[in-house]
Amino acid sequence: MMSEGTSRGTVALYATLTLVAGLMLLPFAWVFFGAFKSQAEILAAPGAWLPRSFTDFSNFVELFARRQFGTYLGNSLVVSGLTVVSNVFFSSLAGYALAKIPFRGSRFVFGCIIAAMMIPYIALFVPSFFIIVQMGLLNTLTGIFLPIAVMPIGVFIMRQFALSVPNELLEAARLDGAGEFRIFFSIFLPLVGPAIATVAIITFLNSWNYFLWPLIVAQNQDTFTLPVGLAVASQGAKSTEYGLLLSGAIIVLLPVLILFVFLQRYFVRGIAATGLK
Amino acid sequence: MSHVDIRHRQPSGWRSATAWIFVAPFLVIFFVFTAIPALIALIYSFTDIGVADIRHPLQVHFTFLDTFARVLTNAGFLKSLVTTGIFVVVGVPLTMAIGLALALALNSGIKRLRATYRAAFYLPVITNIVAAAVIWQYAFTLRGPVNTFLAELGLQGPNWLGNPNMAITTVILLTTWRNVGTCMVLFLAGLQGIPADVHEAAAIDGASAPRRFLHITLPLLKPATLLVTVLMTVSYMNIFDEPYLLTKGGPLGATRSVALWVYEQFGHGNIASAMAGSYVMLVIVAVLGILQLRMLRAAS
Repeated sequence: MMSEGTSRGTVALYATLTLVAGLMLLPFAWVFFGAFKSQAEILAAPGAWLPRSFTDFSNFVELFARRQFGTYLGNSLVVSGLTVVSNVFFSSLAGYALAKIPFRGSRFVFGCIIAAMMIPYIALFVPSFFIIVQMGLLNTLTGIFLPIAVMPIGVFIMRQFALSVPNELLEAARLDGAGEFRIFFSIFLPLVGPAIATVAIITFLNSWNYFLWPLIVAQNQDTFTLPVGLAVASQGAKSTEYGLLLSGAIIVLLPVLILFVFLQRYFVRGIAATGLK
Repeated sequence: MSHVDIRHRQPSGWRSATAWIFVAPFLVIFFVFTAIPALIALIYSFTDIGVADIRHPLQVHFTFLDTFARVLTNAGFLKSLVTTGIFVVVGVPLTMAIGLALALALNSGIKRLRATYRAAFYLPVITNIVAAAVIWQYAFTLRGPVNTFLAELGLQGPNWLGNPNMAITTVILLTTWRNVGTCMVLFLAGLQGIPADVHEAAAIDGASAPRRFLHITLPLLKPATLLVTVLMTVSYMNIFDEPYLLTKGGPLGATRSVALWVYEQFGHGNIASAMAGSYVMLVIVAVLGILQLRMLRAAS
């Protein structure tokens, strides 16, 4: 390994990394500065960087008071909350069974997981829409949530983690006559905390950022999630309303940014798990 | 050995039944929202189903290959295939090259600020696409922050979203920005799996840094590279959110991807065309994916 000196190469490396990082973070600067601009400011100088004041929250007030962003936020929280709880529970169950209970058909189930991860949902949203209509779930939060209630990626991650749980612990409990349900709840679950955190983060992220499916299932403002509400607002918007739209973008971004600051390693671990084994 | 003991205590039939109960919720959702839709899409691609038939799906006429023939000769669909091809051919190598360069830089032995840089490069990945598109629309408008900055440098900024070629460029920029972090994380994981002594031995033998990169790093990075290629190809092939939100497929259909074409057919009530179009796409993605996975397996 190269040693970390103050050679010219190291300086150039840091300069380049800082420049690229700055470019990557630039859109976040735009959104935070733009959200505090009034319509008059945007009209006068659309390209100006800094807003006149950072304490003018009138855009946010307008979104909640007159644009139903409160409803959208509530819907997004309900959908994401249900998604996280359901995925953590059901993918732990499935991951445990696949890794720790030898049974005929486990290879078939694993094949289904791989197939589900490979097939892009963009290819299936039209027929899935039919099914939701037939189930009478069009324009409901249940209809938005149900297809992602047990995501293959969650089961996959839980299975990979479950493989590393030592068999001896489970076997000992089995010899004592404990059933699989008891082993699952009292021995397995307490051992896989980090896996549960990873699955919770990944499925929260997926459901919070979920766009195309809620766009077609939600038919009016009462069932819009935040991304759908923001997209619809941006399509009818005048260019002077950018301050308002950027404030909406902040409301969508903030929960994920806060989670990322505190739980970064689980995000990265989730990506590494999806990619490498 | 212990396996035999267990059989005495709990009949294996009972344990299998428990296992099936544990995987049942996943399987139910998988069949209802993946397997059955895939089957429905295949069957209805051979019919003349329209929006009026959604509530009475059994009263459609089988027209066999008519729909596929119509889709595969539709100028709009063919143009969307070409546009998607441009996104893949330009976007995938660009994203991967930047991701690899950043991973190499972060893996070159720097210690200070390493986690901070990694977080900065990764942040766009978790950014909500609707929020990102709103930011980009604002930033790239004619008199927005980007062109204002260019004007300060004495440059005339282009009409980023209004000119067909610039619109494709802007969509690719947004997509690259959001995908570079994923490539970086996966390449970094691959690089960390390369033992340091291989490099040291080559360095002692007098191999220059570029030679070591070409003859040691790249070959050892092959599994990671193929994996990233598969992931990026699939994600650029299915590109929908970015062109839908940023340009609505315009101007003049310049950024209309296949997924966006399918969405528009669905919106117009041409359900059979939408399903046939998505099936063509599914087959292309599957063939490319399987080919690339074969290479992946051969490499690792």
